[in-house]
Amino acid sequence: MTVTAQPAVGEEALPGATGPTPRRRTGRVRRIALPYLLLLPALLLELLVHLVPMVIGIVMSFKELTQFYIRDWGAAPWAGFDNYSLSVDFDAPVGEALLHSFFVTCAFTVLSVGLCWLLGTTAAVYMQETFRGRGFLRAIFLIPYALPVYAAVITWAFMFQRDNGLVNHVLHDQLGLTDSPSFWLIGDNSFVALLVVSVWKGWPFAFLIVMAGLQNIPKELYEAAAIDGAGMVQQIRRITLPSLRPVNQVLVLVLFLWTFNDFNTPYVLFGKAAPEAADLISIHIYQSSFVTWNFGTGSAMSVLLLLFLLVVTGVYLALTSRGRRAADV
Amino acid sequence: MAAPRSFLWSRRIFLTLLTGFVLLPVYVMLSSSLKPLQDVSGEFRWVPSGLTIRPYIDIWSTVPLAKYFVNSLIVAGAATVCSVVIAIFAAYGVSRYRFRGKRLFTVTVLSTQMFPGILFLLPLFLIYVNIGNATGLALFGSRIGLILTYLTFSLPFSIWMLIGYFESVPRDLDEAAMVDGCGPLGALFRVVVPAAVPGIVAVAVYAFMTAWGEVLFASVMTNDTTRTLAVGLQGYATQNDVYWNQVMAASLVVSVPVVAGFLLLQRYLVAGLTAGAVK
Repeated sequence: MTVTAQPAVGEEALPGATGPTPRRRTGRVRRIALPYLLLLPALLLELLVHLVPMVIGIVMSFKELTQFYIRDWGAAPWAGFDNYSLSVDFDAPVGEALLHSFFVTCAFTVLSVGLCWLLGTTAAVYMQETFRGRGFLRAIFLIPYALPVYAAVITWAFMFQRDNGLVNHVLHDQLGLTDSPSFWLIGDNSFVALLVVSVWKGWPFAFLIVMAGLQNIPKELYEAAAIDGAGMVQQIRRITLPSLRPVNQVLVLVLFLWTFNDFNTPYVLFGKAAPEAADLISIHIYQSSFVTWNFGTGSAMSVLLLLFLLVVTGVYLALTSRGRRAADV
Repeated sequence: MAAPRSFLWSRRIFLTLLTGFVLLPVYVMLSSSLKPLQDVSGEFRWVPSGLTIRPYIDIWSTVPLAKYFVNSLIVAGAATVCSVVIAIFAAYGVSRYRFRGKRLFTVTVLSTQMFPGILFLLPLFLIYVNIGNATGLALFGSRIGLILTYLTFSLPFSIWMLIGYFESVPRDLDEAAMVDGCGPLGALFRVVVPAAVPGIVAVAVYAFMTAWGEVLFASVMTNDTTRTLAVGLQGYATQNDVYWNQVMAASLVVSVPVVAGFLLLQRYLVAGLTAGAVK
């Protein structure tokens, strides 16, 4: 779409424009159509890449879709709710593994979002006042956010190597905290490793958003509070945190959705099959679909995951007033 | 406000520790990329026994890194340009017009953000194959398919941010331009867009980073000729011998363009977030 091709529409659409009736009518039609035309590309693309595949994904979850039918998935036999009952039969291996993965993901998400928020907010509050080197420090803090996920996570994977990694070198060789070098990318420690990487990568986003939010707090509020004798801690509790409420409500929701759905971090850190202790749900579903070639079950699990996220998001938005405003835009 | 001494000290300690945490992998990446192979294969050393730039020469031949680099640049660049242009139109429509279905549109677009990528990976793959069979348009395995996919990833957030940003541009300005004879699109590009440059730069940075860093779709939807850095970098690590110094050198090389760009433009990003996401 070019700019020069369009002005005629606007001229005709101007409220005060006079002219022959038919022209004015087409002008009005165009004026009504214009917002839809502006939104059309975005809508079409989101439909093609997100909504239509999602609907197909839901259909697929009711089919017995194995590798034999992948070329012509429409021909796969109907499975009814078989895929779902298999996924939620928590006494059987498939359901049990899914439930385990779900709990791991919940624990991981709560810890990661909590720590990201805490680090980001603390750093932003400490850096609210100007001091020497503040701009430089801010640039450094944004590096984990800017680094491509795979480059950063590969570096962490190197640091977590058992024999030649930095982590064991420090904990075992230099500090002597462990009897023998630990495994970090397999076994129970893998949860800790994943959490550290996730927080390292995620907290700068919280920092960025909270920092932006802090700029909107008028300086006079602090001055007035200082005159009334409020100390540093009281000012943070009474002014900073309440003013950040609307920002935090959006921030926590976004962090929650990103962390819960995160695929890149565990995939680069552990590969196609994550250790049991760090078996995040997106990797688990990927494995159920692409490694064991059962796409029907994988789709059913995805739909269950989406339902869970919808319910959580819905409840969250209902509980926060900001949600209603955000939906209105 | 005069900060008490205890505050200054706690700030100093906290920020120092945090800087260490942030820079630790950066140091490992940089120092290991300059170490000879026996150094990175054995016990970790803080100080390299010898410095070599050999890894930076070898990375280009161990895997076809240059090709992946070009692929990533094309895909991320095209996805960014398309995403920004489409987001500008959509955000302008939402911020300047009242129309039926406005609320439905914003809710729909925003809610696509919460879909787990894994949910539509396979269906999307099937759709692309079907479209390809029906029209001969090679979406699967080509750069176009990846560009289409990536631009929709950054689109919702971009639209959301630009709506906030456009709303901070006084409506009188573009209405005045329209009275002066501009069409709505003339007003958009001559008045609203120039006034919203920081927001647009922020959105572009975000879109580029999203495309440059994506792994899941890149690993399923590319082939030998269209492979991007996200997949190509795994080539060093899956061989029998892991050349960690080369892995680190390659990681550094692929990070430099996006980190440099980001740090140069981060002022805009902060400004954009202030006006857009936070409002």
